[in-house]
Amino acid sequence: MATAAIAAAPATAVTAPRLKVGAVTAGLALILLTTAAASLSLGASGLLPWELFSRDLSPAERAILLDIRLPRLLLGALVGASLAVSGALMQGLFRNPLADPGLVGVGAGAGLGAVVAIVLGGLMPAAIHAATGMYLVPLFAFFGGWATTLILYRVASLRGQTSIATMLLAGIVLGALAGAATGVLVYLADDNQLRDLTFWGLGSLAGANWTKLAAAAPILIAGLALSPLLARGLNAMALGEGVARHLGVPVEGVKRGAILIVAAMTGASVAVSGGIGFVGIVVPHILRLAIGPDHRSLLPTAALFGAALLIAADTVSRLVVSPAELPIGIIMALIGAPVFLWILLARRATMEI
Amino acid sequence: MLLASGLSVSLGRRPVLSDVAFEAQPGQITAIVGPNGSGKTTLLRMLTGDLAGQGAISLDGDTPATMAPRALAQRRAVLPQATAVGFPFTLREIVRMGHEAGHAAHRPGIVDEAVAEVGLSRKIDGFFHDMSGGEQARGHLARVRAQVWEPMRDGRPSWLFVDEPVAALDIGHQLQVMTLLRRFADAGGGVVAVMHDLNLTAMHADRMVLMDGGRIVAAGRPTEVMTDPLLSSAYRCRLCVNTAPPKGIWLLPQAAALA
Repeated sequence: MATAAIAAAPATAVTAPRLKVGAVTAGLALILLTTAAASLSLGASGLLPWELFSRDLSPAERAILLDIRLPRLLLGALVGASLAVSGALMQGLFRNPLADPGLVGVGAGAGLGAVVAIVLGGLMPAAIHAATGMYLVPLFAFFGGWATTLILYRVASLRGQTSIATMLLAGIVLGALAGAATGVLVYLADDNQLRDLTFWGLGSLAGANWTKLAAAAPILIAGLALSPLLARGLNAMALGEGVARHLGVPVEGVKRGAILIVAAMTGASVAVSGGIGFVGIVVPHILRLAIGPDHRSLLPTAALFGAALLIAADTVSRLVVSPAELPIGIIMALIGAPVFLWILLARRATMEI
Repeated sequence: MLLASGLSVSLGRRPVLSDVAFEAQPGQITAIVGPNGSGKTTLLRMLTGDLAGQGAISLDGDTPATMAPRALAQRRAVLPQATAVGFPFTLREIVRMGHEAGHAAHRPGIVDEAVAEVGLSRKIDGFFHDMSGGEQARGHLARVRAQVWEPMRDGRPSWLFVDEPVAALDIGHQLQVMTLLRRFADAGGGVVAVMHDLNLTAMHADRMVLMDGGRIVAAGRPTEVMTDPLLSSAYRCRLCVNTAPPKGIWLLPQAAALA
């Protein structure tokens, strides 16, 4: 029979180089714990790591730890996890490893939403303030990010196929438009608002406190918890929307879910920490090389890796020019931009972008 | 049994299918043939719900359009002409997607068997994008086979809808794939295939549906459809059907094309 004859001429088996998911997860968890401990103990105040355990801390040192470093650590972990998972979700949605909320204008859209809330918040009816409370800025950032993602998907996807060139170009245009609108609002802002905007726009965890954490954490945790539900659907979407449908995936639901979660997490992250780029590109890309593109393992490991990376970058940002701080956005761009170029070069060799 | 009636669809103002009635029996390979642009793929895409249009479709008494996606995926699998894979998945991961779509409980052995069936066992843990075009086509066939692994399930037939499953393949693998589809049909499953190679179709199909200009111009056993006048008129060139024992038919194209 034909089958037997063809199967009977095998050479050596081909195996894709992959690491074990369990080992990578454990390793990342360990790295996360280590960076968290380092972040908690290192800083301008001169508290050393081992002093955490070796002596009683003064009230001032206790305050530094509990009211400054701890909320900053938690916020950094949540924001880093959210940015990495948002990147992975967005790349799954667009079937391309170069899609990142920061690059394709979603971050800028969320930023515009946040600036609207900061600058025009005072003009809004009291009922809105009463209803939203401290969630006003994250909420507007969410709407900004959501609108941008919807427009982007409409423009870049036609009959279930995504044009990457269109996506990136549309992202640039949407980002420019949101940036221009943001600029207009900055002109309108008063001195107090300007100070808020400047701190926020650099992309930094410097303003972290328990209030900010309380505003962003529920949204980020909800997004992180819900994203694994999309994993099977996103795997199937890698074969195109048509095939995903035949694989029993409710494609419209997966798309809508991914867009909502990305917008919510990007919005909340941008609202509390400004625009921190490249986490969503670097983390999923390295993990796909290590453990493969299966979203069921990619999403949880991306959360761990993203959290560890942002905490590490934040710790570095506090230390290099101590006692001043380098905005974390700068550090992430220094790490992320070369990685992005590397992806471009590697893909150029193997497939069309 | 797959029953469709009144299928019509237009692209812009141009009708691509006009009032087509179609049926396919489980346990058979039903091949849709016809010249380029005759509406073969459009008909298949309407039957699989990829293309919206007018008409009614029933699959073993159920209406696919109103079934839950998951339930439908357990009864039928669809192989389009080409499928691009967006990320560096391995062949095993791709085939497992098919298997998990069709089965609530994951049985890893089926993935290996489906890959062995298309002769790609030694590449099962390699990257899908490293395989050649023909190997990728067979890899996707293994994926849809793993999805509807059992030709009969709970007393109901499973269905395979395939669009030009042998287009990218050499003659040995063409036979391999047609044999695979034959076995699926012989075990009770239903196969609907868009085909280009008339000789291969004549050898393996139980029923042929000949399309031309968005209509079905002939349907029946290969010997009924593969006649000189029917084929010559549909394909607009002089074709001559020859028969050979025991059940072979083959076709010799003649030099001069019809006007």
